[in-house]
Amino acid sequence: MLRFVGRRLIIMFITLYLIISLTWVMSKALPGTPFADDKLTPSSREVLFEKYGLDDPLPVQYVRYMLNVAQGDLGNSFYFESRPVTQIILEQAPVSAFIGAQAIIFGLIPGLILGVLAALRHNGVLDYVGTTVAVGGIAVPSFVLGPILQYWVGFQWGILPIAWDPFAPQWTMSVMPSISLSVFVTAIVARYIRSEMLEVLGQDYVTLAKAKGLSWLAVVWKHVLRNSLIPLVTVLFPLMVGLITGSIVIEQIFAVPGIGDLFVRSIFVNDYATILGTTIFFSVLFILAYLVQDILYAIIDPRIRVAGGGE
Amino acid sequence: MEMRDREITPELFRPLDDGTRDSEKITGPSIGFWRDSWIRLRKNRAALVSLALIVILFALAFAVGPMLAPFSASDQDLARRYQAPSGEFWFGTDEFGRDMFARMWQGMRVSLYIAFIAAGLDLIVGVTFGAISGLLGGKVDGVMQRFIEILNGIPILVVAILAMVVLDPGILTISIAIGAAGWTPMARLIRGRVIQLKDQEFTLASRSLGAGNLRLLTKHLLPNSLGLIIITLMLTIPSAIFTEAVLSFIGLGIQVPNASLGSLIDAGAGDMRFYAYLLFFPAAVFCLLMLSFNLLADGLRDALDPRMRK
Repeated sequence: MLRFVGRRLIIMFITLYLIISLTWVMSKALPGTPFADDKLTPSSREVLFEKYGLDDPLPVQYVRYMLNVAQGDLGNSFYFESRPVTQIILEQAPVSAFIGAQAIIFGLIPGLILGVLAALRHNGVLDYVGTTVAVGGIAVPSFVLGPILQYWVGFQWGILPIAWDPFAPQWTMSVMPSISLSVFVTAIVARYIRSEMLEVLGQDYVTLAKAKGLSWLAVVWKHVLRNSLIPLVTVLFPLMVGLITGSIVIEQIFAVPGIGDLFVRSIFVNDYATILGTTIFFSVLFILAYLVQDILYAIIDPRIRVAGGGE
Repeated sequence: MEMRDREITPELFRPLDDGTRDSEKITGPSIGFWRDSWIRLRKNRAALVSLALIVILFALAFAVGPMLAPFSASDQDLARRYQAPSGEFWFGTDEFGRDMFARMWQGMRVSLYIAFIAAGLDLIVGVTFGAISGLLGGKVDGVMQRFIEILNGIPILVVAILAMVVLDPGILTISIAIGAAGWTPMARLIRGRVIQLKDQEFTLASRSLGAGNLRLLTKHLLPNSLGLIIITLMLTIPSAIFTEAVLSFIGLGIQVPNASLGSLIDAGAGDMRFYAYLLFFPAAVFCLLMLSFNLLADGLRDALDPRMRK
């Protein structure tokens, strides 16, 4: 087990290193400079370039950046009042994390219920309802649902604030973005639980549990549900992917000052330091989710370890 | 006792009645892979409806829509801006007075072009990569798998966004960015299938008859993975449409005056408060496309590859 985790960790660091290098190269290839303001005189531009070390040879810039990143310093933003990027990210990430966590809760509960009911009433009405919701959640993306919610709930009925409003309490503003994101969570979870439960229901030990006279509820609760919930860790990674993707769009719609918004804005103002910083941040989240999923899965299912680690 | 003395004469034997031999016969015509799959697919109502929907939407986007639309997609006329849907403008007009009916089919064509080019890349890069990795195995496979593992660590959308920032936004560059970021699942699936197939008897037989790797791949391994490839492609298409829409939504996709479903939804969302129809039509078509491609892919999975069924 230790060897497996160690191997995964090494891969993780190589991945991170390559991603950071790749994004660094890409950000150097971006058109325009962060200081494209016409009002800047050539001399003040020179001062700025010197301050950010942009006139050093590229290899020097690269090594310096890598050393800084290794110490957790993502450099200073070129745009947002030249504040440290790490600080901006740490400031904006909690908002996104809150919306994301809330979306998981909003999505997970109906997803579990629908998935379980669909499997228990296989080919029944509830199964069709569950499957429809699961497919619908994939077909109606957050950027369609978001504006619709905004229009009806926010504008027509005026229940919740239409967009981010610094004066309203945070929970009222986070509800609609979270709901928009949660539909996709519901879809994935319901679909997964349904197929997993159907498989478990067909297992011999379920027949045995029924045969020895356990009540229906005990069979479902103790044997079926528990065994179908364990492999749910495999949706961890796709969920993370979906939430990050979703947050980039949803934060545009609801003007949420989160990490996705920071990413998009930094691209439009050529703020290399922030682009790099957010990409690295996203990638770390991604890779961590991937790692945790793999390790959890290896704990649950030792066969994976043998197949993946025993070369 | 008496039995033993009995003489065995040819008269005691007569040819077997032909009728009894028929039970050994295979009745019914022999059914090939495609017919068999079609029969299975036909039983899946959701997939059939989806297939019909896709055909209808394609027909509308490529043939019927442009023929019916009295206006071109880029005709601007400020005198008729923000017209509600009517007999003249079926889906209304946008802020520059462009006919939304014509514009939407144009947008859908663009979205579909992008999806198909991305799927084509998926097919070429993903299948080749996966097949080589699986067939050669050993060190080559190890290196190629690490490469995929590293690529998987980078969020697809982030790659696509960064690529779009560096490249000029256009139909081709968007497709390439999406395709380049999204071929790894195909490579993984094909690798798994090739590894599974290459130890089977028919591969061994072909190899002992002297078939090289290339022949093995093109004649045996890939044809046997065809179902898997088709299913994966059917899932690539909606996800490429989706990624393009996200790119357009944050302003990095198709640039005006060109349109895609994503950019139309984006524009519609901006004007939604007063002109909800601008959001409604493109969003509805988008959802229908996603829905039917996903359902069809599900149906195809059951039909083409019953073993993959969970």
